[in-house]
Amino acid sequence: MKIQSCRQGESLYIYLDGEMDEHSVAAIRREADRLIDENAGASRAVFDLAGVRFMDSTGIGFLIGRYKKLRRYGMGMYLENPNAGADKILELSGVYSLMPKIQGDI
Amino acid sequence: MNKMQLKFLSRSENEIFARNAVAAFALSLNPTLSELSDVKTAVSEAVTNCIVHGYADREGWITIDCTVKGDCLHIQISDNGRGIADVEQATQPFFTTLEGEERSGMGFTIMQTFMTEFSVQSVAGAGTTVSMSKHIGAKAEADAR
Repeated sequence: MKIQSCRQGESLYIYLDGEMDEHSVAAIRREADRLIDENAGASRAVFDLAGVRFMDSTGIGFLIGRYKKLRRYGMGMYLENPNAGADKILELSGVYSLMPKIQGDI
Repeated sequence: MNKMQLKFLSRSENEIFARNAVAAFALSLNPTLSELSDVKTAVSEAVTNCIVHGYADREGWITIDCTVKGDCLHIQISDNGRGIADVEQATQPFFTTLEGEERSGMGFTIMQTFMTEFSVQSVAGAGTTVSMSKHIGAKAEADAR
C-alpha cells in the first residue's frame, strides 16, 4: 500500500493507494501520522481513496484512528473518491458522520 | 456441486491471498462486481478475526471450505484459536475487545450485512468457525422480474 501527500493552502491531501487490510494498514499507520504531525498547522486533512481497490473494517479502524489524531490538532477530516465497495462499508459503519464525504474543493 | 479447501498460516500477508482465492472460486457463479466485492470483504473480516483474535500472539492454521451449490456460495472459515467467550456480545456492532488498537468493531456486522446467511460457532479455548453463504445473481433475477 502506498501513501502520498500534497499540501494545498489550509488543506492536507493524503492519497492512499492499494488494498487496505490488516497487513497493509500496519505499514502506513506511522507514515500517515508523520504527515499529520508535519502539517499540524493546516485546517483539515482530506483522504483521497481513489487508489483504494479494497477496504475492510481494518481500514475503518485506521481512518478513525487518524480522525482522533487530527482532532487533537483541531483539524477536520474529509474523505473523497471511495470506490463502491469502500463506500458501502464507510456508509454502513457511520464513518461519514465523523468525516464527511466530499467532492471537489471545500 | 463444487468444493474447494484452503489451509494457510495466520499471517496477515495471507489475507489478500485468501479473499482473492475465494473470489476466484466464486467466478463460476458469474457474480457481479458488487457481489464479488461483498464476498471478498466478508472473507477478509473473518480471516482478520482468526489472525487478530483467534491466534492473537501466536501462529496457527486457518482453514477455508467453500462449496458452490446451485446459485449459492457457502464459505466456512475456521481456526483452532482461543475462541469467543460470548458470541452474542462479539457480534454487536462496534463491540471490540481491543479498545486501544484502532479496531472498528464492525467485522461481524459487515459479514452479516454482506452475506445472505451468517452464523458463528465457537468453543472457548478450542476455536471458532464462521459459516456464511450468499446467493449469487439474486439481485439480477429480481431486476429482471
